[in-house]
Amino acid sequence: MFVYFLKKLIVVLPTFFGVTLVAFVFIRTLPGDPVMLMAGERGMSEERHVELMAEMGFDKPILVQYGVYLKQLAGGNFGTSIITKQPVLKEFTALFPATVELSLCAMLIAVFFGLPAGMIAATRRGSAFDHSVMTAALTGYSMPIFWWGLLLIIFFSGILGWTPVSGRVSLLYFFEPVTGFMLIDSLLSGQAGAFSSAVSHLILPAIVLGTIPLAVIARQTRSAMLEVLSEDYVRTARAKGLGPMRVIGLHALRNAMIPVITVIGLQVGVLFAGAILTETIFSWPGIGKWMVDSIFRRDYPAVQGGLLLIAAIVMIVNLVVDLLYGLINPQIRHTD
Amino acid sequence: MRKPKNLIAAFCGATLLLASMQAMAAPKTLVFCSEGSPEGFNPVFYTAGTTFDASSRAIFDKLSAFKRGTTEIEPGLAEKWDISPDGLEYTFHLRKGVKFHTTPYFTPTRDFNADDVVFTFMRQFDKNHPYHKVGGGKYEYFNSNSMPDLIKNIVKVDDYTVKFVLSRPEAPMIAHLAMDFASIFSAEYADKMMKAGTPDKFDFEPIGTGPFQYVAYQKDAVIRYQAHPNYWRGKAAIDNLVFAITPDPSVRYQKLKAGECHVMPYPNPADLEAMAKDPAITLMKKEGLNVGYLAYNTSIAPFDNVKVRKALNMAINKQAILDAVYQGAGKIAKNPFPPTIWSYNDDVVDDPYDPAAAKKALTDAGVKDLKMKIWAMPVQRPYNPNARRMAEMIQSDFAQVGVTVEIVSYEWAEYLKRSKEKDRDGAVLLGWTADIPDPDNFLNVLLSCDAVGNANRAQWCYKPFDDLVKKAKVVSDISERTKLYKEAQVIFKEQAPWATIANSIVFQPVRKEVVDFRIDPFGGNVFYGVDLK
Repeated sequence: MFVYFLKKLIVVLPTFFGVTLVAFVFIRTLPGDPVMLMAGERGMSEERHVELMAEMGFDKPILVQYGVYLKQLAGGNFGTSIITKQPVLKEFTALFPATVELSLCAMLIAVFFGLPAGMIAATRRGSAFDHSVMTAALTGYSMPIFWWGLLLIIFFSGILGWTPVSGRVSLLYFFEPVTGFMLIDSLLSGQAGAFSSAVSHLILPAIVLGTIPLAVIARQTRSAMLEVLSEDYVRTARAKGLGPMRVIGLHALRNAMIPVITVIGLQVGVLFAGAILTETIFSWPGIGKWMVDSIFRRDYPAVQGGLLLIAAIVMIVNLVVDLLYGLINPQIRHTD
Repeated sequence: MRKPKNLIAAFCGATLLLASMQAMAAPKTLVFCSEGSPEGFNPVFYTAGTTFDASSRAIFDKLSAFKRGTTEIEPGLAEKWDISPDGLEYTFHLRKGVKFHTTPYFTPTRDFNADDVVFTFMRQFDKNHPYHKVGGGKYEYFNSNSMPDLIKNIVKVDDYTVKFVLSRPEAPMIAHLAMDFASIFSAEYADKMMKAGTPDKFDFEPIGTGPFQYVAYQKDAVIRYQAHPNYWRGKAAIDNLVFAITPDPSVRYQKLKAGECHVMPYPNPADLEAMAKDPAITLMKKEGLNVGYLAYNTSIAPFDNVKVRKALNMAINKQAILDAVYQGAGKIAKNPFPPTIWSYNDDVVDDPYDPAAAKKALTDAGVKDLKMKIWAMPVQRPYNPNARRMAEMIQSDFAQVGVTVEIVSYEWAEYLKRSKEKDRDGAVLLGWTADIPDPDNFLNVLLSCDAVGNANRAQWCYKPFDDLVKKAKVVSDISERTKLYKEAQVIFKEQAPWATIANSIVFQPVRKEVVDFRIDPFGGNVFYGVDLK
């Protein structure tokens, strides 16, 4: 298992290095620069523009800038935002728990509903339930997040008044963040009603963000189960007289889970992408919105640092998924 | 039987009394659904209105101020000022007994005085000032108002008198000092932070003399303030002010409807009708201090010919643009600044919409089969809510007079950069919102010879106009300035470096329980003086 882990890690390291290069070059290839944006319609003289670019170190050849950046990174320094003047790592760590909390809840919803829906659809192939699940999954997958979010807000918050419109907790509650996870912090605050307020604020954004992964998981589970259910060993298990629950739950599901776990791992990247829109609609203070703002402001250090940290997290999650394969199916780690 | 009834009545009475007492004692919290996160809390580094709302307009005061909801200047931290006859010395007499905020991170030991004024401006002005480089040392608002060239020295005369010595007379000087970059800071707090080795904290944990003091900021989520109990104008009517950061305008509207916030800026034009009908909401509106225009490049043929520019101006159907692009939230502009700015010349006659006359004028000017570019901004601005649509409409108008238009656009920073190039190909859609209610802020900044190759997108340098504007800048007599600016507007219209399109109208929905909210003509959100029912 350790060798298997090492092999995977060796693949991850050059990828990480590649990401530093991509993140660095990406933001600099975008037209415009932070100094020009800072000046706005008012503009500034060419001399002042050159002076400010030089002060920020953006006048040097790109390779030199990259070298300086790598040196900073080696020292654990992700740079300082040129807009807010705060260290990028500090901004990221302050906002990241909000995105994780939202993404985890979205993924829980997706798995909790997606897996059983896919399984039942597979075992009842061709039934009305199967068709309904697949139609709903296709609709969910095609739904633009922005429109879906607004629709839910208007219906559940505006018309029914069941959930709050946006934010993470009611403004009535005020406590300093301890972990950054609102569900935990609201409990730690000891303020009556804070936890339920945090939960009620989480429902709609988690549903919106979880919709696409839910659809994907349901479809993937269904197709994986259908494939496994037609295998010889399942027929053998049935012939041995095992009950349907045992055949599906123990024999079929275990093998069907491999592609499903792959999809769940890949959905982490999708969740981060979806978080950008979900966070904007629900005024959710996470890294998605922060990244978009940083790109629009051409805040080079923030974009570089943010992309790198997000990529690192996605890579770690995928590494964990790879390790999980090995645990679920030992054949994989031996043949890989 | 009577006893329990009495008891219940007494209990109910006591409960009601308690409830009403609690209601009376309950702090008043006003929630503002702001459109974005502030870049920081020190306004001297930034130029965005969102940042000013959260910093200078809530936390700080300036030497002079704009009377709430108007463009009228009134005394701020300076009780009065004297201007020397040559217009080169401004002596400010400071207000006594003004308290800085007392917060968990700073307790002032003295009142506001001249040291604070000197510190505030010298930090931005003097490159050797110990605080100049703190926070990056980029003071673009201060710089773009030509303050480094204008200010010669700032002298503390005594504890409550400060003298600004200028290198040239500057008529709008008092208005400049009411701007956000002129927010007054505590020199004592700055010293304390420097001695503690944490000068950066000075900009992140603000201390001012303003109506609200900073409590906490959760990035991209909430900013909390409380009323400054010792505010020199008197404590604010509301006890707490909360900014709930809500970037999406449709969501802001839903929050307003649900009572989750009391005031919201920048409503969606599509929501205005529903807002006007909503019994819980008052939809306020006011003419904005802005102008949207199309600037020709007057340094390139055939746009260097005034007859061509005038002909093209006659080809634009402004009313159709107003209906389609501004959806009623605007007025046709005929001068280079809006009617709400003093010295506006209403006698100027706009170029009529007359495609036939335009076509003839182009032929008379010897222009045939003209091909040109129109630049459409990639962003939405109060002065131009949809530049692409506007460009398409002008394209169609010009096609009627035989001019073929190609619409081009660039990413915003690139657009700003390329559009100021002297040899730029094409006419540019852009606009301007006033920083100060002074014609100089439009005519000098956007149309003077000095601004060619920069904010003067028409690259228009016309001496008779430039002389008038330069003269008006140094004359202190308001009637004389008015005369000069009125004359300048006539020349502008004759020479037509721009096709002036529209002055927009600003809408601001507030909940009915909000008392005495006033729309800020500069596009800001000011909560001192606002109450809740």
